[in-house]
Amino acid sequence: MTTVQVTRAPVARPPISPPSLLRASTTIVWRNLLHIRRMPEMLLDVTVQSVMFVLLFAYVFGGAIAAPGADYKEFLLPGIMVQTMVFSSAIVAMGLTNDLQKGFVDRFKSLPVPRSAVLVGRSISSLIHSSIGIAVMALTGLLIGWRVRNGFVDGVLAFALLLLFGFALIWLGIWVGSLMRTVEAVQGFMFTVMFPLTFVANTFVPTESMPAWLRTISEWNPVSAITQACRELWGNGPPAGADAAWPLQNPVGVSIGWSLILTAVFAPLAVSAFRRRSRD
Amino acid sequence: MNGAPAVEAIDLVKHFGETRAVDGVSFVVPEGSVLGLLGPNGAGKTTLVRMLTTLSVPTSGTGRVAGFDILRQPTEVRRSLGLTGQAATVDEILTGRENLKLIGSLYGLPKKYVREATERLFARFDLVGAADRMAKTYSGGMRRRLDLAVSLLAAPPILFLDEPTTGLDPQSRSGLWAVLRELVSEGTTLVLTTQYLEEADHLADEIVVVDKGRVIAAGTPTQLKDQAGRASVVVTLTHAADLDRAAELMGSCCPEVHVERGSRRLTAQAGGLGDMTRIAAVFETSGIELDDLGLARPSLDDVFLHLTGHRAEAEDASDPTNQGVAS
Repeated sequence: MTTVQVTRAPVARPPISPPSLLRASTTIVWRNLLHIRRMPEMLLDVTVQSVMFVLLFAYVFGGAIAAPGADYKEFLLPGIMVQTMVFSSAIVAMGLTNDLQKGFVDRFKSLPVPRSAVLVGRSISSLIHSSIGIAVMALTGLLIGWRVRNGFVDGVLAFALLLLFGFALIWLGIWVGSLMRTVEAVQGFMFTVMFPLTFVANTFVPTESMPAWLRTISEWNPVSAITQACRELWGNGPPAGADAAWPLQNPVGVSIGWSLILTAVFAPLAVSAFRRRSRD
Repeated sequence: MNGAPAVEAIDLVKHFGETRAVDGVSFVVPEGSVLGLLGPNGAGKTTLVRMLTTLSVPTSGTGRVAGFDILRQPTEVRRSLGLTGQAATVDEILTGRENLKLIGSLYGLPKKYVREATERLFARFDLVGAADRMAKTYSGGMRRRLDLAVSLLAAPPILFLDEPTTGLDPQSRSGLWAVLRELVSEGTTLVLTTQYLEEADHLADEIVVVDKGRVIAAGTPTQLKDQAGRASVVVTLTHAADLDRAAELMGSCCPEVHVERGSRRLTAQAGGLGDMTRIAAVFETSGIELDDLGLARPSLDDVFLHLTGHRAEAEDASDPTNQGVAS
């Protein structure tokens, strides 16, 4: 079969050099961050809301909660940072659904650009979004007495674990964002999943006081492992007791493991859901 | 215009579950011409455009854009086309200028070119004053123009427009038509979908009428009108007193003469221009004074009614099954 070349341009065409995945993704990140700059209220979820959570738990509930080891505020901060990270998957999902709904993805698909750039760009900007939240949280923590007590390397390692976990959950967000048709549906669904996921865990209260069955669920919840890992690496609490489930005995390794498993499960689901959504 | 095919649809089929949105559509658009895809909501027009612009993968069949296969050479296809979708897909949070910068960067166009082209396009589309405002502050017409400016940034030889004037007020609509005609005069090939018969009549060289995923008619606007029914000769007399004699005269060369006494108007079925000149000659020799004599062709509305048995524009919300297919 011969292909006839008929691109006789009506006006002089500029040189088109389709960007690499990296360049296209960077452009998408630029665009997404511009959105945040134009609408700073988009950051409320990881700033004002999270600070409110910190203050609420530290000063309203905190007094009634017996934290193992030192101070409840020390116990609380790692948990609340993990929660912020978990919510980044909701941020990804809402952003992606919005782009699909408003036709941005269509416009993008009509350009000679690697199509995965939408996902990569969206993931990176969501991680930046959540990291801003983590930074705000850390500052709030420092103000109310939270400290990184085990030195620089362990401190950085904990932040790296948080990012890795956030990265894994972003695939969940892409999956949900590709399946749902409206931002409202995503919001409803994600919050229904996120709340039990972040509360049925050791994030806000020690698991020891829970009924046995709930305690087992809580301690196998990936959120608990990563929270425990951060607590230990930052020196915000003692290692888990001898009766705690296995993941809490080896929180750093298990956190990495969970992140890899979640990525292995959700990344293929997310990519195929996005592809399917993109075919129609 | 050298007539080489710029766009070809080759037996395109798209099913959404049980729904056959597009059910075997073929057509050819010669380079430099305008094809109007005409049909009611849910006819499958949008789905056709989405397949040809590589947004949607056909269930079967294929197509070529600028000679490139939409399935096997999607990147080349995307380099050759501009697309203005049904809902203006500009980024509302970005300013007009940033929208062009975004797309320019995604095409990998030189920055200098993008800056210059932006000025040129904004001047052409009357957006200079709004260039640095967020697109969400734009009116519907401005958004469409910005969308078109974005589509034209890389100067594509082929432009797809999906219902470009839906929801625009008449003034914005005629403004957009003028711009489109200008683009065609520069050599751009247009494929546009519309539910407005007037729009297809106005802009298109060729019209493909689509209903329920199938092509039900194709041709030039004139051919389609001819197909819908014969033309008629309409004569308006100066004096009402001549009506009976005039009716008799007309009856001698045409069947079915219809008399409207109030407006002093006579209408007769005619095969075409030949009949009209014969009638004109008859009146010339009779000495009956005429105000007007002309040939009335059926409108595209009549064409659509004739072809489908239903009006083109009355479908909107009445048929719920249409909703999913169109989007």
